[in-house]
Amino acid sequence: MEKMINKDVEKQLRQVFGAMKEDITLVLFTQEGECYSCEETKQLLSEVAELNPHISFVEKDIHKNADEASKYNVELTPSFVVLDKEGNYRGVKFNGFPGGHEINSFISALMELSGNASEVSPEIAARIAKIDKPVNIKVFVTLSCPHCPGAVEKAHKLAMLNKNIEGEMVEAQTFYDLSTKFNVSGVPKIIINDTLELVGNQPIEAFLTQIESL
Amino acid sequence: MFNFTIQPAFTERVNVDESKVYEILIIGGGPSGLNAALYASRKGRDVAILAKRVGGQLLNTSSVENYLGKDGSSGEELTEAFRSHVESLKVPILEDAEIRKLEKTDGIFHVLLGDGRRFKGKTVILNLGTTNRKLNIPGEDTFASKGIAYCAICDAPLYKGKDVLLAGGGNSAVEAAIDVAKVAKTVTVIHRSEFRADKILVDKLYEMKNITVHLQTQILEAVGDQRLTGVRVLDKRTMEERIIHGDGLFIEIGNDPNTSLVKDLVDLNASGEVIVDNKARTSLEGLYAAGDMAETPYKQIIIAAASGAIAALAANEYLNTI
Repeated sequence: MEKMINKDVEKQLRQVFGAMKEDITLVLFTQEGECYSCEETKQLLSEVAELNPHISFVEKDIHKNADEASKYNVELTPSFVVLDKEGNYRGVKFNGFPGGHEINSFISALMELSGNASEVSPEIAARIAKIDKPVNIKVFVTLSCPHCPGAVEKAHKLAMLNKNIEGEMVEAQTFYDLSTKFNVSGVPKIIINDTLELVGNQPIEAFLTQIESL
Repeated sequence: MFNFTIQPAFTERVNVDESKVYEILIIGGGPSGLNAALYASRKGRDVAILAKRVGGQLLNTSSVENYLGKDGSSGEELTEAFRSHVESLKVPILEDAEIRKLEKTDGIFHVLLGDGRRFKGKTVILNLGTTNRKLNIPGEDTFASKGIAYCAICDAPLYKGKDVLLAGGGNSAVEAAIDVAKVAKTVTVIHRSEFRADKILVDKLYEMKNITVHLQTQILEAVGDQRLTGVRVLDKRTMEERIIHGDGLFIEIGNDPNTSLVKDLVDLNASGEVIVDNKARTSLEGLYAAGDMAETPYKQIIIAAASGAIAALAANEYLNTI
């Protein structure tokens, strides 16, 4: 099969991944039969896993492994989570193919969870630590949106820093029904606990202000 | 779907230092901020960039056809070329920086970020850019993100096979119409006067079979139910009102300068732009403004970049005198 990652991109990725310190696991959920972009996502993740020994990749069927899917609140296909070195789910999830611009939030999640966590200011860290109820953040994106990875990275960062928070990318075209349900007509669109919404690549403070109002 | 656009920023990040006083602190990461950093760094100045996002509005441009020597680059390719040039000089860049406050005390500029961090500079070059102008019509807020969009390259995929309306008549509007028409079923361009866009672009627009144009037509209201379903317009030639239906409305009618941060600090003109002299100096000593937020005619990438160079050279000159 023809490689999805060309030589140029491969070289860049190998260089970026060179800074990985800890093992991570990509767990992808797919299903038999019709599944838009399942094959492509599987191919991308397996090619990425070949680029660095710290990355493992497993594929699961969402129906045959229903228990595991529910453990990570996975309800869509393709959907994948990134687990840390201890195999813990840290609330980092991608629904749909993370290509185009979204490769950046994908790389960022891999780097952050493999021991290259970026710092947040003490003020923000304190606000994140205080969140004590379950928070789900969906970030709707298109693959041609340069502002979207930033919003996804922030949702994931919040998730990594507080176990009550889950952050998920949702590729708007792949999950058309979900996009329609949340009236997605501009991206990035951020939906918090299915009720609150933000539009645009908002600063992490804006996420927190919404979350604190829950 | 299968193209990947990797930002190089993951590899070598130089951190902006909170403890030191930079000679030149650059706020904003668009063409003017990046070019200011290049010029300042080459003068040997200690310089850093605080940016919401590197590239700024340039990122929203699918194809740049009027930057000398770079015909047909995407806004993103041009951004990355600018960025890597600046990063090759080890200029620290902080992204996702939301500036909460800028003040000058005892001859030093203090920049406070939304996340509580503080940075200092002997001089500051502002390149805050502009924000998409709104139509300011009834229904615009109601349907914001329910059919109204401001970023054509971001949101065009959401309108695949749909009927799209587009407001505006300048270069960005015409470029956006052409981009959206590649995926949408139809695009209807609505503009209150005549096209201001470059002739070369307008010619291209008229070549697209699925684009309809209504000039001398003013949008009065965005209408719809749960989502936008169309706009009520006034045909200024016949003075008749009617509804034009569409599943989405892209607004590309120009930009307003982002000057709320400095409106009490420096003099602004009637359009809200920062007043600068021919060396990019604002009314506050040591504070410079460049790019689209400054009172320079014609908002173009190459002009923004050039104004950043002027600001950096002027700041360098000023630093020699203090």
